[in-house]
Amino acid sequence: MIDLHGFGAQLLAGTFVTLQLTVAALIVGLIMGLLGATAKLSNLSPLRWMGDGYSTLVRGLPEFLVVLSFYFGASQVLMAIASKFGYDEYIEVNAFAAGTAALGFIFGAYASELFRGAIIAIPPGQAEAARALGMSTRQTFFRITLPQVWRIALPGLGNLFMILMKDTALVSVVGLEELMRVTSFAVGHTKEPFTFYLTAAVIYLVLTSVASYGLRHMEKRAATGVRELAP
Amino acid sequence: MNWETILDMLPLLAEGAVLTVQLVFLSAAAGLCLAVPMAIARVSNKLWVNMWPRIYIFFFRGTPLLVQLFLIYYGLGQFEAVRESFVWPVLREAYWCAAITFTLHTTAYISEILRGAIQAVPAGEIEAARAIGMHPNQIYRRIILPRAFRMALPAYGNELILMLKASALASTITLLDITGMARTVYAKNYLPMETFITAGAFYLIITYALTHLIRYLEKHLHPDRKEPVVIVG
Repeated sequence: MIDLHGFGAQLLAGTFVTLQLTVAALIVGLIMGLLGATAKLSNLSPLRWMGDGYSTLVRGLPEFLVVLSFYFGASQVLMAIASKFGYDEYIEVNAFAAGTAALGFIFGAYASELFRGAIIAIPPGQAEAARALGMSTRQTFFRITLPQVWRIALPGLGNLFMILMKDTALVSVVGLEELMRVTSFAVGHTKEPFTFYLTAAVIYLVLTSVASYGLRHMEKRAATGVRELAP
Repeated sequence: MNWETILDMLPLLAEGAVLTVQLVFLSAAAGLCLAVPMAIARVSNKLWVNMWPRIYIFFFRGTPLLVQLFLIYYGLGQFEAVRESFVWPVLREAYWCAAITFTLHTTAYISEILRGAIQAVPAGEIEAARAIGMHPNQIYRRIILPRAFRMALPAYGNELILMLKASALASTITLLDITGMARTVYAKNYLPMETFITAGAFYLIITYALTHLIRYLEKHLHPDRKEPVVIVG
């Protein structure tokens, strides 16, 4: 058995921060994705243009660069705003908040494409039928469109979720004490880099395996009532 | 926006871009070479053959690239045997560690792409080749692989772009690629917006060039899709 020199509890705490960051970024990303998809399908061309620009731009940039710009850029922007109100001290941005915003922003760019495709895939007759039954636009969206968008987009969202989980490691570079950062501390202390980075790798493997198992289960559940053709 | 600082950093970022492009092409080419045998082993019916690529792919796709990079750059030095062996002069260099890690990482993804393509080769074509009397090796060389490469090309292009974006992590092990240069420039001018947006523009330009390269290759490798040449006279 590998000797963790008493760093086991800290690694677990770091894993917990990683999970918190993943969930927070997922929520931000899903909202950004839905907003992006709505913009892309809008009747107004400036909105469509913005939606397309958002996903094209983010998909061409390294995730790491986006994380760095959010972390360092946010303090520049906040300080510029604060100096307008006469506050001239250095403002340091919380790494968790910057990481959540950056990873959610990236997730949303990819998710907006998935949501757009899923919304288009729903036959327009269904929305018309709902309207004929007297449902409002909002009711139609939440009762008819959204549950099906969920089913159609879920496999793609699952892939994005796994990528998101692994991308949380990038936030360690701007100082958030998640799994990767805690591991680096332990390495600095014990001078056993291979042991600790391998342990971190195993923890990430467990996380992604559990996630992929859970996602398969969710996909099955979301597809309840969908007729599958016999192979 | 401070335009003068942006102009000043352009030569440095261009220097970084050379390193980024080098790393991406090196790992994409080496990864492709390693992925071919791995994909062939992966589609084998024998468990003891397809098991190893499975484990390899599971590890490299299930862990963050940053962990893999640190595992090789910092991790390998933990062992006396590695430090005293003839490979140490190579493994001590951040450049080669990054190239090796990116290669191993992208190999896992490319072999999965190739596996899908190999499995998508119509069974009838393989049966026909067998009926003509081709040896299994010949079938791979003449029928399956050329077909699979063509089918895998768009996905390989995507992987190339993902690799370009992933290469930004080279800056975490002291390399001065585009992101690395941007970080040193930022440490001097404290203008994050200007610096990182300019660096982002470099990546967007390379992404744009890569998409066009792949589109050109796709056209080139699909002679069947070309317009027929009309021969008059």
